[in-house]
Amino acid sequence: MAVDKNMPILIVDDYKTMLRIVRNLLKQLNFQNIDEATDGSMAFARMKEKQYGLVISDWNMQPMTGLDLLRQVRADDSLKATPFIMVTAESKTENVIAAKEAGVNNYIVKPFNAETLKGKIASVLGPF
Amino acid sequence: MSVKPEQGTDELVERVAALKRLHGDTVSLDEIGSIVQALIGSLHGDLTSQDLRVYGELEALARYIYQAKKEISEIRPEEISNEQIPIASIELDAIGIHLEEATGTILDACEAVEAVIPAVDPPAGRKLEEAVTKIYEACNFQDLTGQRITKIVTTLQNIETRVDLLLRAFGHRVDGNAELQDRRTTDRRSEDEKLLNGPQAPATANTQKDIDALFASFDM
Repeated sequence: MAVDKNMPILIVDDYKTMLRIVRNLLKQLNFQNIDEATDGSMAFARMKEKQYGLVISDWNMQPMTGLDLLRQVRADDSLKATPFIMVTAESKTENVIAAKEAGVNNYIVKPFNAETLKGKIASVLGPF
Repeated sequence: MSVKPEQGTDELVERVAALKRLHGDTVSLDEIGSIVQALIGSLHGDLTSQDLRVYGELEALARYIYQAKKEISEIRPEEISNEQIPIASIELDAIGIHLEEATGTILDACEAVEAVIPAVDPPAGRKLEEAVTKIYEACNFQDLTGQRITKIVTTLQNIETRVDLLLRAFGHRVDGNAELQDRRTTDRRSEDEKLLNGPQAPATANTQKDIDALFASFDM
């Protein structure tokens, strides 16, 4: 099934620069319906209000981290099927294992390029 | 009052234990030095070769403490703790702010370029978009640099705490409460918090390829 480019995507990062970069890269891929949150708790609140087709989240944020957000999403019956990609500078093996155990769909390490972002989205949502 | 050597050893143990009860593990070197000096001064009577060895070691310890105090005071640790580290932290914060502002300006310019792409001929537009994409990718640096600066500031705070402990050991007054310092010197982070380390050193960090391989191994 083709990827719906109008589906809502939520990007989560405490660095406004990163939100702008990811948003612009997604726009280049023709995704237009993009919302932002600056930490896990704000993201979770947005997810309870609107159904997102994909969440792209940083890990290292306060007060709620991306890992906490992921766990909370996976524990919520109405949200648990939401595709979730972690984009983070945390590149240690134990981090990848912890994220996988929490139910992440894919993992991008910063700094990343447009091709990697596209590839990981395609691996989660299907080719586009 | 004079004491025999074996009594001196007992008294040394007793006085060190009393100090530990009173101050915990952080005892001023001045106090230790004064105890050692008092014990050396109080040793009288028939001394065995073992007593003499203990006597010599105590004397060496007293000399060592004096020399260490002298050398450390020459470094002027108060200046490091009160001036240099706070200034370094402020400078690093300022770097972070400048980086954020500069990156914002770069992104403004990129978005302005992207806005005119539809107005130019398609081949030129594609080249412009490729160039803008490269700039977006390069702007990752702001996030990573910010996280590295945060790590450096944390390290400086740890150094500051240790310098404060050193000052306290030498009998200087240190501002701040002991609980805060204990918290800083002991890793009491939860398992999740220990996963928050920020960017790794490039030479040892896992690459995206490494992570992809690891990720793929989960599904095998």
